[in-house]
Amino acid sequence: MIQLIAFYLFAIVVIASGALTIMARNPVHSVLWLILAFFNAAGLMVLAGAEFIAMLLVIVYVGAVAVLFLFVVMMLDIDFAELRAGVMRYAAIGLALAVALVAEIIIAIGAYSAGGLQLGRRIAPIEADVPNIEAIGRLLYTRYLFIFEGAGLVLLVAMIGAIVLTYRQRSDIRPQNINRQINRRSKDATRNMNPPVGQGVEL
Amino acid sequence: MIGVTHYLVVSAILFTLGVLGIFMNRKNLIVILMAIELILLAVNLNFIAFSAALGDLVGQVFAMFVLTVAAGEAAIGLAILVIYFRSRGTISVDDVNRMKG
Repeated sequence: MIQLIAFYLFAIVVIASGALTIMARNPVHSVLWLILAFFNAAGLMVLAGAEFIAMLLVIVYVGAVAVLFLFVVMMLDIDFAELRAGVMRYAAIGLALAVALVAEIIIAIGAYSAGGLQLGRRIAPIEADVPNIEAIGRLLYTRYLFIFEGAGLVLLVAMIGAIVLTYRQRSDIRPQNINRQINRRSKDATRNMNPPVGQGVEL
Repeated sequence: MIGVTHYLVVSAILFTLGVLGIFMNRKNLIVILMAIELILLAVNLNFIAFSAALGDLVGQVFAMFVLTVAAGEAAIGLAILVIYFRSRGTISVDDVNRMKG
C-alpha cells in the first residue's frame, strides 16, 4: 500500500514539475521546478531498487547541473519576456507532435506488456543479498572498466572544453602575474650599497 | 501493484513533455537545454524500470553513463551559450544565423 502511495506521489509530482519547467515564465523558476523533478525521479528510482543511480541523480543533477543552470540564468542579463513572445505560435504544432509521440510510446508499452518478447539471458542478474552499490561497483570495475574510464575521459573533455570556450584574455585590465611573482628573488629587488657621506645615492 | 508499465507511462509522459518544451520555447536556449535534461531523465527512468523488471544490473550501469554524458552536455552547452551571449548580446535561437546554415 505504501508503495502505491509513494509511486503515485512521486509520479504525479515529477510530471507536474516537468510541465511547469517548460511552462514557467521565469527561467529561474524553471530551474527550481527542474530540481523538484529530479528529486522526485530519484524517489521513483529508489522505489525501483536503484539507490546508487538515485543518489547520483541527486548529487550530479541537483548539486551540480541545476546549480550551473541557475548561475548561467542569473549571470546573463537577458530580457526573458521578449523571448517568450512566440510561445503560443508553436504550441499547436508542438501539442500535435506531443500527442503523436505519447500515442506511439503507449502503443509500444501495450505491445511490450502483452508479452511475446523473448529477451534472452540476463547479462548481470541482480542478486538479492548483494547491496545495490556493491553490485554496481563490482560490475563497473570489472566488466565495464574500459567504458568507465571512457566516461571519465568524456567528463575531462567536457571540463577542458568548457574552460577553453569561456576563458578570455582581457587586455583592459592588469591581472596578477603569478609566474613573475614566484620567480622574483630578493637579490633582484634589493641592492647593498656603501654610499660616501654627503653625496647621496643614484637609483 | 506497481509494474514496469507504470514506470514506462511516467517516463513516456516526461519524454513528451521534454519534446513539447523544445517546441514551445523555440527562442529561449536555456529552457531548451532544460528540456533536453528532462528527456534524458525520462530515458534514465526507462533504463531503471527495465533493469528492475528484468532483474539485470546492466540497465543501471548504462543509466550511469547516460548521466555522465548528460552532465558533459550541459556543461558544454552552457559554455557555448555564455560565449554566444557575450558576442551577440542575445540567446534567441532565431538569431543564430552567423554561419548561414
